[in-house]
Amino acid sequence: MSMLTVTIDGKITTVPAGSTILDAAKKLDVDIPTLCYLNLEDLRINNKGASCRICVVEVEGRRNLAPACATPASDNMVVKTNTLRVLNARKTVLELLLSDHPKDCLVCAKSGECELQNLAEKFGIRESPYDGGEMSHYRKDISTSIIRDMDKCIMCRRCETMCNDVQTCGVLSGVNRGFSAVVAPAFEMNLADTVCTNCGQCVAVCPVGALVEHDHTWEVVDALANPDKVVIVQTAPAVRSALGEDLGIAPGTSVTGKMAAALRRLGFDHVFDTDFAADLTIMEEGSEFLDRLTRHLNGDQTAKLPILTSCCPGWVKFFEHNFPDMLDVPSTAKSPQQMFGAIAKSYYAEILGIPREKLVVVSVMPCLAKKYECARPEFAVDGNPDVDIVISTRELARLIKRMNIDFAGLPDEDFDNPLGESTGAAPIFGVTGGVIEAALRTAYELATGETLQKLEFEDLRGMDGVKVATVQVGPHALRIGVAHGLGNARKLLERVRAGEAFHAIEVMACPGGCIGGGGQPYHHGDIELLKLRTKVLYDEDAGKPLRKSHQNPYIIELYEKFLGKPLSEKSHHLLHTHYFKRQRL
Amino acid sequence: MAATTQIKQLRIATRNCGFIDPESLDDYIALRGYEALAKVLTMTPAEVVEVIKTSGLRGRGGGGFPTGVKWGIALSNKADQKYMVCNADEGDPGAFMDRAVLEGDPHSVVEAMAIGGYAIGATLGAVYIRAEYPLAIKRLRLAIDDARAMGLLGKNIFGSGFDFDIEIKYGAGAFVCGEETALIRSMEGHRGEPVSKPPFPAQSGYWNKPTIVNNVETFANIPAIILKGADWFSSIGTATSKGTKVFALAGKIVNVGLVEVPMGTPLREVIFDIGGGCPDGKEFKAVQTGGPSGGALAHKDLDVAIDYESLIARKSMMGSGGMVVMDEDDCMVSVAKFFLDFTMDETCGKCTPCRIGSKRLYEILDKITKGHGTHADLARLKSLCEAIKDTALCGLGQTMPNPILSTMDTFAGEYEAHVTQKKCPAHVCTAMLTYTIDAAKCTGCTLCTKVCPVDCITGTKKQPHVIDASKCIKCGACYDKCKFDSVIKL
Ligand SMILES: Cc1cc2nc3c(=O)[nH]c(=O)nc-3n(C[C@H](O)[C@H](O)[C@H](O)COP(=O)(O)O)c2cc1C
Ligand code: SF4
Ligand code: SF4
Ligand code: SF4
Ligand code: SF4
Ligand code: SF4
Ligand code: SF4
Ligand code: FES
Repeated sequence: MSMLTVTIDGKITTVPAGSTILDAAKKLDVDIPTLCYLNLEDLRINNKGASCRICVVEVEGRRNLAPACATPASDNMVVKTNTLRVLNARKTVLELLLSDHPKDCLVCAKSGECELQNLAEKFGIRESPYDGGEMSHYRKDISTSIIRDMDKCIMCRRCETMCNDVQTCGVLSGVNRGFSAVVAPAFEMNLADTVCTNCGQCVAVCPVGALVEHDHTWEVVDALANPDKVVIVQTAPAVRSALGEDLGIAPGTSVTGKMAAALRRLGFDHVFDTDFAADLTIMEEGSEFLDRLTRHLNGDQTAKLPILTSCCPGWVKFFEHNFPDMLDVPSTAKSPQQMFGAIAKSYYAEILGIPREKLVVVSVMPCLAKKYECARPEFAVDGNPDVDIVISTRELARLIKRMNIDFAGLPDEDFDNPLGESTGAAPIFGVTGGVIEAALRTAYELATGETLQKLEFEDLRGMDGVKVATVQVGPHALRIGVAHGLGNARKLLERVRAGEAFHAIEVMACPGGCIGGGGQPYHHGDIELLKLRTKVLYDEDAGKPLRKSHQNPYIIELYEKFLGKPLSEKSHHLLHTHYFKRQRL
Repeated sequence: MAATTQIKQLRIATRNCGFIDPESLDDYIALRGYEALAKVLTMTPAEVVEVIKTSGLRGRGGGGFPTGVKWGIALSNKADQKYMVCNADEGDPGAFMDRAVLEGDPHSVVEAMAIGGYAIGATLGAVYIRAEYPLAIKRLRLAIDDARAMGLLGKNIFGSGFDFDIEIKYGAGAFVCGEETALIRSMEGHRGEPVSKPPFPAQSGYWNKPTIVNNVETFANIPAIILKGADWFSSIGTATSKGTKVFALAGKIVNVGLVEVPMGTPLREVIFDIGGGCPDGKEFKAVQTGGPSGGALAHKDLDVAIDYESLIARKSMMGSGGMVVMDEDDCMVSVAKFFLDFTMDETCGKCTPCRIGSKRLYEILDKITKGHGTHADLARLKSLCEAIKDTALCGLGQTMPNPILSTMDTFAGEYEAHVTQKKCPAHVCTAMLTYTIDAAKCTGCTLCTKVCPVDCITGTKKQPHVIDASKCIKCGACYDKCKFDSVIKL
């Protein structure tokens, strides 16, 4: 590859051809502000909208300023990033943005981590020279998962890139022109009426408060204050890999113990773990897989392969909209969140000796789709939902701050039993490849009766968008596919539709899996951050004495005392679900 | 057009317009049509590019980029497919040269596109034409069909082994879709929004393949250049700008319409000798070239030899060739506001400086024309203009400040009067007008009292009348009605 010599602010570096000025500046530690830029190269997405113009720089020999994020570096280019001309231009761009922006920081969900606010602070904008100028106005759009407040939108179009290019959902795009231009669903429908999967990847990258999660923290506070309710909480695997980031702890630090302690301080009556339900999911989904596989091999036409994982509600809604002809392919196993809710409000309510209505199940999820999932009507009994309230990782951090809990100073504590125990197979549910790896560990031993020697399925790990590997389980060579990000899932599903043979496929809607979920501390497309979170979960797995779901003693007990065996009638009733055809627009 | 107007004109791009039946391929062939294509097919593509380079032809769509150089880039970019696109979006208000060519001589464009296709190695062409041009579309379609039927398009043209065909794509009517990258996005079925350059379309354009976008008028010159030679073409015009340019004269000018003159023709000749000057004996004040992207030229510029560089040096530009003439009754602040109103409506909204900046520029101009402007507003107007020029993503935003900057430059006094004296010297900005009656001239005929909609004129018959300024809504009815010129605008 040919190398280019670039001078930025007097410092010289060389970068490979194809690099942008911004790439070169990064190499030199020259900080250029950005708003619309998103580095999605690891996801193989070319994102060069260059619409905000905050990153403009002076390039010798060029008439106007150049956007650093989208301008290719050329050999012997001389760039200046901090001249008066550049600073004035950036200040004007900021002043213009602010002139069409509500000054709502005090009541804005993004305050404190808003990229626009940070820039306004950095540039010392103290007054708006365009006061009295007209502002664009748009109605608020509130779905169960997401709140769109387009008055705050700065038209950076990052959400569009995530929704259309990464997720291929095609929900969000620019509509209207000029000053009234806005990012919206087709026909300016409400998000809830579209094919939106609630994956929240648009929220994960929005630099301002235009796209935020639907906050449910006050519902939690109310429930905790209600003396008539028993309030229990479950936390998804990925939460512990990132919660610390919002509470002053370095990325890549596991905060499992502190999280359990914090939840107890918040006043939850019992602190449980979705990891327990992840082990349960493996029992059901793994057994379903083995059952389908055996029947399929025995020539049973109704036993369809591949089996698709179904623990990601973003993915579930995606295939309901986009692959309605394949609704019999996914596993019927509910997601761990919903399995937990179903068991809590039956088995555990029985143990406590209280009616299900008295129990409030709160989930802490890395995910915004889970908010939608818990409200799906099939996950309620007589109007009482199995899971009552879902808050995201970010919201939990907010609650912890609100309640004045010194998170960093908390001791490490354990989850409660019986719904808090888990094996190493559970935490890896939070990363791409993890669910199928966990399932294979159990399926292998159940199918062969032998002990699996090497637990790590390296071929199924990592950030490649689509991973395909063949795994030997006894006499069977199983062809396994893994996709993360819905665009990759679509590609893989299209291969299946075209006749390519797979035995099992895992899909997670978010880049990197749930660790990159729409409810996690904002990842803003930073893949390095996702890798740090991944490591937390693999380390947690490696550190557990038991690493296969079927070894979980409380799961064994649950089957003995309550469910019978995997795929029993009771299991089917409580732990399995069905899917619906949904419209495509 | 008056007979004298023909004298100073030189028609290359519009050479056949009005002389042939545009729906007749035979007519076109009779005037050496498709001879240039036949000739080109005996040359190598590199030789063709070289001829266009030597001719000095520059893009007539606005930017003035040397056509041969652009073709050379596309030729040197190896690709399995390349495209030749004709930009017939013509969204500039008041511009209709491209329409005239397509309606009057569609085959010249079809032939030129095939020549271009051969030169760069493209087998597919497309004309992106605004849907509001039904006659041009009909004639273009006919021309393409006829050419195809005659083997002048399609497979193996003139037995040379060269394949080329053209399809028609319809524009959505947005001005910005004329910008080449937005045009390409629109052709691909996306929202018509510009994208950052580089890469230029000649490197990566339609479906990411090397694509040449040329303007209708640019194409119309090509067959003539091939037939008469690069030297002939480059002998016409100025040092940097060769050949002719078609202008659309509009506004306060006697001979409204299209003219084609050699580059380098002094502005004065176009406006006075050809255009006949301002009607009704009014005094010429300014001419806006380049439409909403250009600027206003004044008296002092009348002897400028028109070419790409001389116009840019005066904060204007060639643009697609619009010339809107203003006379003494025009307020230059209002003129700038008029153009801003247009660009504000037409910005696609993609980038910050243009989306929000156009609104803010308009608001400041509006404030000034309403008599509320301050010196701080003038300073802000200027700095905002400079910042937008420097930061906007595409040509629309980058040139949007030109009407303001050029009028602030040339007609600084007029802005000053609006802001300091709260007066509009041309008496256009109603908010700053006062109507009074000159007692010395008023005969007391009472006509004005009858037309005043708010009954604010008082006076007895045969005695001078008086306007109550606190009630006057400045409708101007009395001014128009008075036979003795005794109502005065101040
Ligand atoms: C806002 C905007 C509108 C434009 N509209 C047109 C147009 O209507 N027709 C056109 O030929 N070029 C238009 N252009 C210029 C094109 O981008 C492009 O430069 C041109 O088509 C190239 O052809 P040429 O080299 O033959 O001039 C426009 C540019 C901008 C920035
Ligand atoms: S989006 Fe940012 S700048 Fe806007 S109100 Fe919210 S915190 Fe403030
Ligand atoms: S939540 Fe996902 S599918 Fe819905 S709009 Fe956002 S990115 Fe698109
Ligand atoms: S909603 Fe957010 S991410 Fe989307 S364009 Fe607006 S500011 Fe950008
Ligand atoms: S991948 Fe995880 S975080 Fe993302 S939508 Fe699916 S379940 Fe939620
Ligand atoms: S300069 Fe204006 S028209 Fe061009 S991309 Fe920006 S907003 Fe769109
Ligand atoms: S300008 Fe109109 S309102 Fe004023 S005095 Fe004359 S007629 Fe009456
Ligand atoms: S960050 Fe470069 S234009 Fe927005």
